[in-house]
Amino acid sequence: MDMKRPFESIVTAHAQTVLRVCRVVVGTHDADDAWSETFVAAMRAYPELPQDANVEAWLVTIAHRKCIDIIRAKQRHAIPVDEVQGGPSSLGIPGAENHDLWDAVKALPPKQRQAVAYHYLVGLPYAEVAQILGGTADAARRAASDGIITLRSTYQGALSEGAPR
Amino acid sequence: MNDHTRSDRTRSDRARSDRARSDRARTDGPLPGDTGDMDMAALFAFTSADQETLARLHRTLEAAASRQGLLDVAYTTVDTPVGPLLLAATERGLVRVAYDCEDHDKVLDTLAATLSPRVLRAPRRLDTAAREIGEYFAGRRTGFGLPLDFSLSSGFRQTVQRHLSQIAYGRTESYKEVARIVGNPKAVRAVGSACATNPLPVVVPCHRVLRADGKLGGYIGGLAAKTALLNLERAA
Repeated sequence: MDMKRPFESIVTAHAQTVLRVCRVVVGTHDADDAWSETFVAAMRAYPELPQDANVEAWLVTIAHRKCIDIIRAKQRHAIPVDEVQGGPSSLGIPGAENHDLWDAVKALPPKQRQAVAYHYLVGLPYAEVAQILGGTADAARRAASDGIITLRSTYQGALSEGAPR
Repeated sequence: MNDHTRSDRTRSDRARSDRARSDRARTDGPLPGDTGDMDMAALFAFTSADQETLARLHRTLEAAASRQGLLDVAYTTVDTPVGPLLLAATERGLVRVAYDCEDHDKVLDTLAATLSPRVLRAPRRLDTAAREIGEYFAGRRTGFGLPLDFSLSSGFRQTVQRHLSQIAYGRTESYKEVARIVGNPKAVRAVGSACATNPLPVVVPCHRVLRADGKLGGYIGGLAAKTALLNLERAA
């Protein structure tokens, strides 16, 4: 018996997580497009999704592809990815820690950004992350680990500095 | 382009949890930096979006889904004197009007199961319906010109429901009269269940059907709502 929930409930449950993933992977500026393309593709495929599928992992997988499409399109137009990634200036609280964290995220190699987002932000197990990224679970684990060390030290640095600059 | 969804489809839960288990076994010895997830919410707080941003993105999804023909069922809710009404439409027309007492979440689940799971809150498709219903409750409209989609009912029930729109504003018919008019005078009870299962109450005026003795009979939105609609039409 097909008792699939209305797609709206999928959007409600996962909109925030998918946007945060996109923001980490392609930056705030392109994240909106990545988000929209992810949910349009998901809505198209939704009737065929198995009942027992992990919806969150499915959405992250789609978001991963859409983000890669965006990064490749940028590269084709010869615009360095790092430069087109939006900064935090227009979003959120313009506190020092936000600024430093966005800079730290931008400076990470793409694989580390992706691994950090999928494992630490979403909470997917490394085996799942490896399926999305390609490669082994160990490689996914190392990429996530390297990335999180950088972000953690940036975060702690910002916390100990305290007041916004 | 749907490679990822196809491979996703082939995964079973069992394989998934097996992988997760072996994954955990391998990560027992933490790498540096891999020191638990306690502060992850705080660490990633900087990535979170406000409600306004999410609402704006939802509107882009509504527009894109509609443009690409993916919006199988659009819905919204409108406030009326008989409580919030859920309005849902396919590309063919208004397919469902539901009272609060029917439980809107349950109604949406049923639409997902019977029509399509591509159900999205997308008020634009319901703009005309919402406007006409507003005018009706304001006493400024006596009939609806909306395209209707009767795909939630069939057979005799649909025949009865299609006839209901012929009952003029402010007039009533008995279940017995309706049975006679649709050509099945003995089917009085079946007319009753056709009214009770009307997927488009208010717009398809099943509230204009009463018992032969003048008593209200039943109503999908409750007798208070039926009385309110009859009084509204009497007053106008």
